[in-house]
Amino acid sequence: MEEKIVFCKGGGCTAKLGAGVLARILERLPKQMPDKNLLIGYDSKDDAAVYRISDDTAVVQTLDFFPPMVEDPFTFGQIAAANALSDIYAMGGDVKTALNIVCFPESMDLNILGEILRGGLSKVAEAGGILAGGHSIADDGVKYGLSVTGTVHPARIYPNNQGRPGDKLILTKKLGVGIICAADRVHEASREAMREAVASMTMLNKTASEICRGYEVHACTDVTGFGFLGHLHEMLDGRCSCRIDAGRIPVLPGALACADEFLLTAGGQKNRNHVGPFISFEHVSFAMEEVLFDPQTSGGLLIAAAPGDAECLLGELRQAGLPAELVGEIIPREQTEIYVIGKEEGK
Amino acid sequence: MITVNALGDTCPIPVVKAKNAIRELNGAGQVEVLVDNEIAVQNLKKLAEQKGYGFSGQQLENRKYRALFTVEENGVLENQAQEPKEAQEFCPCGNGRNVVVAVSSSRMGEGDEELGNTLMKAFLYALTQQDELPRTILFYNGGARLTCEDSPAIEDLKQMEREGVEILTCGTCLDYYGLKEQLRVGGVTNMYVIAEKMTQAEVLVKP
Repeated sequence: MEEKIVFCKGGGCTAKLGAGVLARILERLPKQMPDKNLLIGYDSKDDAAVYRISDDTAVVQTLDFFPPMVEDPFTFGQIAAANALSDIYAMGGDVKTALNIVCFPESMDLNILGEILRGGLSKVAEAGGILAGGHSIADDGVKYGLSVTGTVHPARIYPNNQGRPGDKLILTKKLGVGIICAADRVHEASREAMREAVASMTMLNKTASEICRGYEVHACTDVTGFGFLGHLHEMLDGRCSCRIDAGRIPVLPGALACADEFLLTAGGQKNRNHVGPFISFEHVSFAMEEVLFDPQTSGGLLIAAAPGDAECLLGELRQAGLPAELVGEIIPREQTEIYVIGKEEGK
Repeated sequence: MITVNALGDTCPIPVVKAKNAIRELNGAGQVEVLVDNEIAVQNLKKLAEQKGYGFSGQQLENRKYRALFTVEENGVLENQAQEPKEAQEFCPCGNGRNVVVAVSSSRMGEGDEELGNTLMKAFLYALTQQDELPRTILFYNGGARLTCEDSPAIEDLKQMEREGVEILTCGTCLDYYGLKEQLRVGGVTNMYVIAEKMTQAEVLVKP
């Protein structure tokens, strides 16, 4: 019992450093010698690095780890792994190998660590990859994640910022896991809400990513710590604007009610501070605003699909059992970058 | 005015504590919440804006901020107006006497220390078995150790908390004994609330 309380202190992607802080640090690093084979590096703020090793193969590398956001160690392992693997799927790649990243207190029961690793391994296996090693250090708090290597054809990478006016925006998972986990920490989330949030976080983005290969997808990213609006802002990259239909945003049950009780994360407020200035809300409730800023752990894919393909892509995603929704459309650049439009009261 | 110490608490805990304190006001008044980061102040401000409370935030020193809520007469939290307080809703002693237990030491009675420890553990267990549970248990001075890690009574106290008993430990005492991080059951309170609970008790039990 005691260990579990120490174990969960509000982690997941809510533990991420704010995007604003990070951008300032990265901009100050000295520029490296360019390498034409580095197809995607950190300059583009993309989900993973992509390096071409031959005309038809590029390696996709990513790394992600964080503190626990749920009390059950096995579930935490699954979520952390699904979240790390997701970056490969956001690039359109196939998972090949994974390495464990572990921080664990020496005084804690090692069986807990065993459960975390077992959870992680189960997701690596589901992804069709193989666990190839790892590194662990003694630390004050528990942290776990993976460094994942995948492959992708250099011509079939999904960048995160090449959406065009006219593209339809599709989101493949429901929003609100950050809020529900925060509510759960203070015992105010219902068991049902938590159950669905966990099911969402442990689900791989593999199916969604593979379905996309059959369609014209211009941009794709996974929604994680910066929240739906933060990742959407990166996707638009100062070149386009978009209109989001608040009524079509898929939201986990209980998330809006928890937001109305102000069970909000620090990460959500950081996201609001960072991207709030780019957003215009019309007839959107406070709770829905919070859900749109909510940091997601192992969130879904946000896809910009060619207008002619979007309906079919959406249909196939839904047929595969995903709670996907067509949530908006990219438009030519306007003064406001993101319009989120809800329904006027009483209409 | 109620002061809430939420230094070292991560969101959403400062907001949860602020909501409880505003409920505690039971009408007009002020609640001051101390937090250690500006983001928490911003999250508290959202609570004030949505609920229509007066609000001001200021930085007192490095990593110490003060958020001040001013609640008007009719500005109590909606869910308090609509539903009874959780403690009353779930409290099996619903029919009513306001029994408050004040625990000022980790030992019961004077005499041998070890015996005193054993007696206190037995008392808190026996409390869980009463037909009428107390509405509130206050822990202060040496009593603060009983709600913290390594206390022999944690499970009994958790059970009572689940059954609706309000468990509060003096924040000053936790600070004094360096136990702030070790609190394992119930909430943190201040002398204002302790004095209020004691003066409003119908039966005050001091083991």
